[in-house]
Amino acid sequence: MRKKLTGFVFVALFAILSINIMRMPGIFDETAPAYNEATRHYLEQSVEETGAVNVIAAVLTDYRAFDTLGETIVLFTAIVAVVSILRPFAKKKDPVGDRNG
Amino acid sequence: MDDLIVKTVVRIIIPFVQLFGIYIILHGHVSPGGGFAGGTLIGTSFILYTLVFGIGPAKKKFSHRMSEFAESGGIILYLAIGVVGMVVAGSFLTNAEAGFPLGEAGSLLSGGMIPLLMIGIGIKVASTMVTLFHTLIEEETS
Repeated sequence: MRKKLTGFVFVALFAILSINIMRMPGIFDETAPAYNEATRHYLEQSVEETGAVNVIAAVLTDYRAFDTLGETIVLFTAIVAVVSILRPFAKKKDPVGDRNG
Repeated sequence: MDDLIVKTVVRIIIPFVQLFGIYIILHGHVSPGGGFAGGTLIGTSFILYTLVFGIGPAKKKFSHRMSEFAESGGIILYLAIGVVGMVVAGSFLTNAEAGFPLGEAGSLLSGGMIPLLMIGIGIKVASTMVTLFHTLIEEETS
């Protein structure tokens, strides 16, 4: 009974997702909501405004530089967390008894 | 790993991998790539060295103290460039308004602050990968 219910829920979810994917705009569709005036502005003005030929680099480190700062801080936080947990154990030879056998 | 062939091949390959990483970082504004991809390449070359030659020699090449400097240095470089925009133009992380020379589009010296930010990101990503790997490996072998 439970297995049948789970299967039914999964099939229903798959059907809903498939229908929604069919309704998404195509790859080169000009009427897609993601292709708005912001995209057009980046594609047309980024060379004059930033001097960079690579539009992705211009968006990443000029228009959205604050986002990239956040990304960098995420990496920094990850490394601080890992090092603060693991390095005290690496310094001393055997801090928690016979942990490593 | 105590294998002469692997050691010799890795010793030849690593300089080219690192050179390619530096190339990717410095050309981030004219070709595909940038700080994240180039930093990953440089970090991976150090990880390859650690895998082949062991944690002991690798610690001499990239010590904890150096990783501390690289970790903080990358992010401080990024923030310092942002603060330059704040002082000169009044808003954080601005490019042309802050007086960074844009140069001729398509040349290596163009894009204002974009190459400088890419260098900061590259240092940060490379040292993050190496430090994570070294810390986890150390915990395993100590």
